[in-house]
Amino acid sequence: MPDVSPDDVLEQLQPIFEEVLDQPELRVTRDSNASNTENWDSLAHIDLMEMVQQRFKVKFALGELQDLKDVGDLVDMIVKKMNKA
Amino acid sequence: MRLRAKRACGSAKLYGYDCFTCRMVAMIDLDFCSAEEILPVRRTLQRELLAHSGLQDIRLAVLGGSTTQQMVNVLELLLLSNGFRPTIYQSEYGRFYEDAVHDSHALVEFKPDVVYVHTSCLNVRSKPPLNCTEDELPGYVEAELSRFREMWDSLDRELACQVIQNNFEMPAAAILGNLDAVVAGGESRFLMELNLAFAREVGRRPKLMIQDVHGLSARMGLDHWFDWERYFSYKVLLTPQANLELARSLNSMVRAIYGKSRKALVLDLDNTIWGGVIGDDGVDKIQIGRETPEAEAYTAFQEYCLALHGRGILLAVCSKNNEEIAKSGFEHPDSVLKLEHISCFKANWEPKHENIAAIAKELNLGVDSFVFADDNPAERAIVNAQIAGIAVPEIGKEVTRYAGIIQAGRYFEPVRLSKEDFERTAQYRDNTQRMAQLSKFANYGEYLDSLEMVAEIDDFKPVYMDRIAQLTNKTNQFNLTTRRYTLAELESAVKDKGCIGIYGKLSDRFGDNGLISVVLGYREQEDLRIDLWLMSCRVLKRDMEVAMLDALAQRALRAGLRSLKGVYLPTAKNGLVAEHYKKLGFEPDVVAQGCPEGSTAWQLSLNGYAQQNSHIKILESTNA
Repeated sequence: MPDVSPDDVLEQLQPIFEEVLDQPELRVTRDSNASNTENWDSLAHIDLMEMVQQRFKVKFALGELQDLKDVGDLVDMIVKKMNKA
Repeated sequence: MRLRAKRACGSAKLYGYDCFTCRMVAMIDLDFCSAEEILPVRRTLQRELLAHSGLQDIRLAVLGGSTTQQMVNVLELLLLSNGFRPTIYQSEYGRFYEDAVHDSHALVEFKPDVVYVHTSCLNVRSKPPLNCTEDELPGYVEAELSRFREMWDSLDRELACQVIQNNFEMPAAAILGNLDAVVAGGESRFLMELNLAFAREVGRRPKLMIQDVHGLSARMGLDHWFDWERYFSYKVLLTPQANLELARSLNSMVRAIYGKSRKALVLDLDNTIWGGVIGDDGVDKIQIGRETPEAEAYTAFQEYCLALHGRGILLAVCSKNNEEIAKSGFEHPDSVLKLEHISCFKANWEPKHENIAAIAKELNLGVDSFVFADDNPAERAIVNAQIAGIAVPEIGKEVTRYAGIIQAGRYFEPVRLSKEDFERTAQYRDNTQRMAQLSKFANYGEYLDSLEMVAEIDDFKPVYMDRIAQLTNKTNQFNLTTRRYTLAELESAVKDKGCIGIYGKLSDRFGDNGLISVVLGYREQEDLRIDLWLMSCRVLKRDMEVAMLDALAQRALRAGLRSLKGVYLPTAKNGLVAEHYKKLGFEPDVVAQGCPEGSTAWQLSLNGYAQQNSHIKILESTNA
């Protein structure tokens, strides 16, 4: 199976963020984070992480979640996990 | 209930893959789907459901011992899909006790209809030490119980509303292994004692209901219940699926509180309650009894249906069959279900949805109180599509799974068991006998006299308040205003000096119908404004409403009032009573104001009022 690219992952994150943050017009970029994205509060974050793990069939460890600063970090971590599998 | 969530989907092309959301939303059955199916479309579903009209407002306060947001999110969807528009208050994380006992101001301000206290085994404070003795254990149980009692007392004092409290799941780690459930110092043992103590509290507290999290978590398995990663990360204790199951259980309790639990199970016959096709195979060849594994499985399903019948759920048959042949199946010596258990029997070749409509009419029930069980997916689909509000669980075609699937739908949740629940099915059967009597009389009055009816009509009494609340919330047809009162609201109404609330019980030579009518009015200057007038349909056309009017008029006169005023507020179900006031001799009230469109207002002058009832003997009032 060809390796998944960061762009693919970012694209697939888009509808998840739209739905969870209830923002149909939202454009998610690598720089998106909780402080520059509307509705991304701690409770939405729980749902986001749940759905991301479901969607990409990956599991984040406790420590890994703490290190994420923005969507770029999230994308890179998903790519790393998927390509390792 | 199945929902279709639509979404304008340009995104499929836009993002270069088959749109995640659109694929997931296509068709979702909120009663049975997994959390994984709901989460990705929650917002979309919520928007769709909020757009429905005729939703009933409900204010729910959730006091949690852990983060409850995710549970609340799905609960909101479930309540919306059941016709409620919930407004939900949540305590700050872990502050369930403080919110209820010390700092209830915001909670009181919120004015909840229902409070849900969600605690887990992690919120238990007074766990006994490992070396605890049998003599010491009750003290630890009492200490923990008193903390909860204090909370329930406070909620009752401050809010006087319905309180739902869950009991406890078993601990994640049973340190003592099997002994953990045995010795006084075992945590499992302690939690079991505590759960028993909670159960015993309910008898003393009419507004307390216990949600059986112990059973719920056991059915799922504790390993699928606790979510330690999310607990350490966000203090969300339960897995998404466990939160969904918790919300489903809570939803069924709220439905029950508001009288929306279902009342009847409509059964197909061939390959549903027995194996084989009776018309083809003959009664001797159908699979029922103990002879084969398949026969045993069908017998077990019949026993499940009989158990439902025993607790007051009506059974009806809807089958494509020749009626005579179909009925012969119930005469099979091994058939657990007998014809006497079936309140309405339709076996013919008409479409099933038409037969179900006819069953609803004969039983005087709405189709939204029906559950339909059929092994044939095509029949399930047409009934589901043609009849709004009916529940059609996807029972599949494996008889071993039917009962579990129906049970998982939580359709028949009772709030508490009343004498009426046990007697209801017999009452419907008695009605059939009464119908047979009717044909022998010269006129209707003679028939009514022959019933030897005796009524007890009196002011509301504490002992009947549960039943009065139950009847008020589930009566849809003979109900002039369809106003719902919770137990708490009724209790506070009767404390009002200007309020007259009466109930009626009716028995006759065939049996006791129990408490079947409620009328409640408020004094307004010299009038009595009737806010509630309702009656169970099983005593229709028995002149009970006339007897109730006599009792109401008598009380109003005694209070020095001059007239009775009532309104009829039409709904989809109460067409039956459009002429109620007219038939009782009321005149149109032309000066009535503020009546909604379609409603009619009526008044009856009490000047020279003469008793009208002549067919029912009235027992002397005991507290007048």
